[in-house]
Amino acid sequence: MSLTFDDGTFIRSELVTPLPPPKRNIGAVAWMRENLFSGVLNTLLTLFGIALLVLVVPPVVRFLFIDAVWEGQNREACLGPEVGACWPFIKAKFSQLIYGFYPADQRWRVDIVFALGAVLLVPLMVLDWPMKRLNSFLFFAVYPVVAFVLLTGGNIDLSNFMLGHAGVIPFMSGTDTVMGLNPGFWLDYVLTALVFCAIAGGILALLGGNAMSAARGVGMFFVGLGIIILMWDFDFGLQKVETRSWGGLLVTLVIAVTGIVTSMPLGILLALGRRSHMPIVRLLSVIFIEFWRGVPLITVLFFATYMLPLFLPSGVNPDGLLRALVGVALFSAAYMAEVIRGGLQAIPKGQYEGAMSMGLGWWQMMRLIILPQALTLVIPGIVNSFISLFKDTTLVLIVSIFDFLGQLRAAFTDPNWATPVTLYTGFAFAGIIYFLFCFGMSRYSLFVERRLNTSHRH
Amino acid sequence: MSEPHSIVSGDELPAVHTPPMRETAVELVGVHKWYGEFHVLKDINLRVHRGERIVICGPSGSGKSTMIRCINRLEEHQQGSIVVDGIELTNDLKRIDEIRREVGMCFQHFNLFPHLTILENLTLAPIWVRKMPKKDAEELAMHFLKKVKIPEQAAKYPGQLSGGQQQRVAIARALCMKPKIMLFDEPTSALDPEMVKEVLETMVSLAEEGMTMLCVTHEMGFARQVANRVIFMDAGQIIEMNEPNAFFSNPQHERTKLFLSQILH
Repeated sequence: MSLTFDDGTFIRSELVTPLPPPKRNIGAVAWMRENLFSGVLNTLLTLFGIALLVLVVPPVVRFLFIDAVWEGQNREACLGPEVGACWPFIKAKFSQLIYGFYPADQRWRVDIVFALGAVLLVPLMVLDWPMKRLNSFLFFAVYPVVAFVLLTGGNIDLSNFMLGHAGVIPFMSGTDTVMGLNPGFWLDYVLTALVFCAIAGGILALLGGNAMSAARGVGMFFVGLGIIILMWDFDFGLQKVETRSWGGLLVTLVIAVTGIVTSMPLGILLALGRRSHMPIVRLLSVIFIEFWRGVPLITVLFFATYMLPLFLPSGVNPDGLLRALVGVALFSAAYMAEVIRGGLQAIPKGQYEGAMSMGLGWWQMMRLIILPQALTLVIPGIVNSFISLFKDTTLVLIVSIFDFLGQLRAAFTDPNWATPVTLYTGFAFAGIIYFLFCFGMSRYSLFVERRLNTSHRH
Repeated sequence: MSEPHSIVSGDELPAVHTPPMRETAVELVGVHKWYGEFHVLKDINLRVHRGERIVICGPSGSGKSTMIRCINRLEEHQQGSIVVDGIELTNDLKRIDEIRREVGMCFQHFNLFPHLTILENLTLAPIWVRKMPKKDAEELAMHFLKKVKIPEQAAKYPGQLSGGQQQRVAIARALCMKPKIMLFDEPTSALDPEMVKEVLETMVSLAEEGMTMLCVTHEMGFARQVANRVIFMDAGQIIEMNEPNAFFSNPQHERTKLFLSQILH
């Protein structure tokens, strides 16, 4: 091997064979020197961090575990000079925190909904689990219907459908029911469906399109919707439980999951709309997004709960929880749209051109090429929205819906458990519960992000 | 580039000037295009016969890429008519899709889909556009991957392949749609010099099979070897068009002479 550098020309006589990399200094001391004490500033920061830990961790551990009271029937157990967390309080109020004022003998229905949700969600989240299509169908289409029936008791009151409202067939409106089903409504429904099928077929026939397939498409829509309404309308013999008596973690999860599941597709549509070349679609999307981003969630909830009834025709009075749900969903959809738009903007023009040059249609291109990449890019932002949505569900407290935190505050007022540490215990517990959910989402998103990152995979 | 005949040795290509039938594959008549106020394409007239191989060269910004991108409507022309495979390009989306199904395209930066494996990249369009069963599409994809000599990469992602391999995958992806016409937009410009050859070899073998090709490229060796005609464009217009021997040995227009003297040394 030549060691001369000064003669300007060089011809290698033999190739250098690869060698293992040099061993770095290994060991705890070397690691600490490199990561904790590499400079004056770092040393100061390390010492400051240690001091902070010493100040915070031992008192927290002492409060939550060492000095904590674990057994007891009422406030007597938790009174005393050096008492930590009062866990019997949580134990006594636990079912209230989970179910709210849901009737005690009906709580098995909530348990089924929770269990069913978990059973369907876990295989959906494990990316390699087979049968994703069936799984998604069950979770996104069947589960909400079943959960609705189980939680509310189903057997909703229906008087008439569109034709009846329009006064076209007034003779059918009645309140008699068979097995919980109102024949007048269902006759109305079938007639309305037929009218819509005829209209769709007629329009396409005029435009020179395929009338039969249009009519069939509209028909399928009404059949699908009909099955859902039928399930809701049918009398399964379950006791009715008003949403007013729901509460606790149940309400928190219902709002969060509904918000998450509906804001995602809505957000995607709005983001696509905002980037559309069609001026009207773009304008409507911009107006929608900017409106919902411009008002605080509290205003939205107040409006939905107290002002909306003033604008709706008398007699139409949607459920309070439903109104809050719609408000939360639309609100988070606007934020979601902007997150997704960020992802769409990061996709190079070449990807669109590659897709178009092969003859893919616009929807195919979006669904198969653009959105999978855009959504993967913005997973951190999407999960950020989910987490803040999960925590914002607490705001429904101001419209008298008692979510998890609301139930906790209600529990504080119980004189049986009035002790100096009740408040701290309760909030510590709430913090732990919220942290588990939010941290879980965050870790899961990191996992998915790493799994879906194919661009630099080697 | 200094050794134009080095790309493939051996068999001569089919006789250059006598394609069996003079059927028209692509026809551009009086095409004009503007980007805002800027007039990019000026009065483009070109008829490409079936089986013909055309190389388009010219300085950057001369409109050569824009011209071939008009052929599959990645760019819209504002005046004149473009007829591809007997179908005139209008704003009718159905016709545009019909044309895109018949016209394959390879890009300078490959434009493979990074979130899909090589095999998925190839089968996507046959499955979704041609409605081919997945199994048949995969067979077809493997056939073309073998043809571009990288069947062993089928399960990898585009990011794991070299530039030359990616461009060959892009060619195979376009071929999976069984196109009648192939467009190449500077397919070797983004490649390391050592990888240019493998891509050009693939293109040459495609030419040997009688594919109608329009290539924007500065590979003059390739032009000499496979082109039936070479087009020189500048400032949005076709300046000179001739069969390659005459084009290179006896350019007529001053601008062509200057351009050739600068790239051929």
